[in-house]
Amino acid sequence: MFAYDFMRTAFAAAGVVAVLSGVVGFFLVLRGQTFAGHALSHVGFTGATGAVLFGLSPLAGMLGFTVLAGFAMGLLGEKLSGRDVAIGMMLSLALGLGLLFLHFYTAYASQAAALLFGNVLGVSTAALWTLATLAGLSLGALAIIARPLLFLSLQPELAEAKGVPGSFVATAFMTIVAVAVAECAQIVGVLLVFTLMVGPAAAAQRLTTRVGRGVALATGLALAEAWGGLVLAYLTDWPTTFWITALSALAYFGALVFNRANLRFASLA
Amino acid sequence: MTQSSRAAVTCENVTIALGGRTVLSGVDFAIREGEFIGMLGSNGSGKTTLMRAILGLVPVQTGAISVLGQPATRGNPAIGYMPQARGNLANIRFTGWDCVASAAGGSRWGLPRLSADERRNVDWALDMVGARDLARRPLAEMSGGERQRLLLSQALLDHPRLLLLDEPLINLDPTRQSGVVEIVRRLQKELGLAVLFSAHELNPLLGAMDRVLYLGGGRAVLGAVDEVITGPVLSRLYGSEIEVVRLGGRIFVMSGAFDLEHDAHRHDHGDHTHEHAGSDDVRL
Repeated sequence: MFAYDFMRTAFAAAGVVAVLSGVVGFFLVLRGQTFAGHALSHVGFTGATGAVLFGLSPLAGMLGFTVLAGFAMGLLGEKLSGRDVAIGMMLSLALGLGLLFLHFYTAYASQAAALLFGNVLGVSTAALWTLATLAGLSLGALAIIARPLLFLSLQPELAEAKGVPGSFVATAFMTIVAVAVAECAQIVGVLLVFTLMVGPAAAAQRLTTRVGRGVALATGLALAEAWGGLVLAYLTDWPTTFWITALSALAYFGALVFNRANLRFASLA
Repeated sequence: MTQSSRAAVTCENVTIALGGRTVLSGVDFAIREGEFIGMLGSNGSGKTTLMRAILGLVPVQTGAISVLGQPATRGNPAIGYMPQARGNLANIRFTGWDCVASAAGGSRWGLPRLSADERRNVDWALDMVGARDLARRPLAEMSGGERQRLLLSQALLDHPRLLLLDEPLINLDPTRQSGVVEIVRRLQKELGLAVLFSAHELNPLLGAMDRVLYLGGGRAVLGAVDEVITGPVLSRLYGSEIEVVRLGGRIFVMSGAFDLEHDAHRHDHGDHTHEHAGSDDVRL
């Protein structure tokens, strides 16, 4: 399996993206902003297809759009909460525009499938370096804001009173989410970003009640799901993305059952 | 007033407007150090707003607020604050310890790692409210009263001189209410804290508070319970006829035939709700 160059690159890329998705996803789930993550990926689709149309790299187009949208979402902050319909309409428009751009760019029909469902086996060495650099920068930025972000996520009013610059931290975080979403879409596609960003983090928060262990577990699960997906895809020749979604769902629902059983045990004891 | 000790909070001619509405106008009062003040008033009377102004989160239109001799500024470590409990805490699956600890140096940049000193400090704060064992459990599995105790210990983390407690009794049954009041009273005595404790109802605080701060009609009156909670004083404050009935060690504040406090209790949405005078719910 590792005899092939593209497989080694795919493992490295999936690993980089899984670590970033696991850590960022943990805070995303904690803050109840999973829908925002989903929304960003749709906006990214427009950016990617637009970039292809103008002969630019789809990753650059996607990044540009998600980062701009993430920044805007962070600034709007509270004003966006409860605006599910408005956000949903923006998403539909974003996907619709993406479709229009693809319509004008008829040369590659497979481009659409790759963007929507991911193509980890198609990641080039150059793209891998870009992914790794961006992931490093994002994790570095997250490490700087992690402490106030955790405080702000758990108790916004108290954090504000204690001098946490709330809107700055929230905006910085959404910008980091935007980068993570764009990276994640390279592996599992814009439609399935949820599976790697939200699935592992949500499962982790069912399995442990400690913050530190939660982050570690979310990262471990994301890594296991991404690499497990690649191995299973190699063995079965089915799409990698399918296997990642299957493993992610298995981990999440397994965690739910474990959590339920644990509670019952605790109430009996 | 014979005032030997330093003032914990001084408001001089304070006017505050929120969204075009004047919430407080020309408010004057001084809270002494180590004093337990019960803050009362109907919804929209500005209790939360006043606390946020003392925290430096809301600007004053006129006048000045000083806290322990310094102008009110955001992030003052001398103030311990317990915001009004919101539902979202009940969904947090982390342990109480981790939640309390998130506030320890929570405004500093970097990773949320605590030093040995900070960990000891968290344990100390939990011990002060007798919640060290409780804090091992996830917040989501606690009762409302247990969560309140953890939030109270969190307010102690910076070793404050002044505690601002925003409606800590809300949604608690009477037994748990008196439990919370007792703990706060003990903390006030042991640590020599000034306490500003807002509540919808006067009675749970009667034995504990030193003086009462009553807000109404944009103004505030601070004084002994027997001086402030009287028909004439409250009528002047509200600008309408208020009757005060004392019954078996309890006090009822009535607007006409209606119990003002009981009525206010039915709308627990902080300071943003509409004004209301009376309802069809009469308590006898």
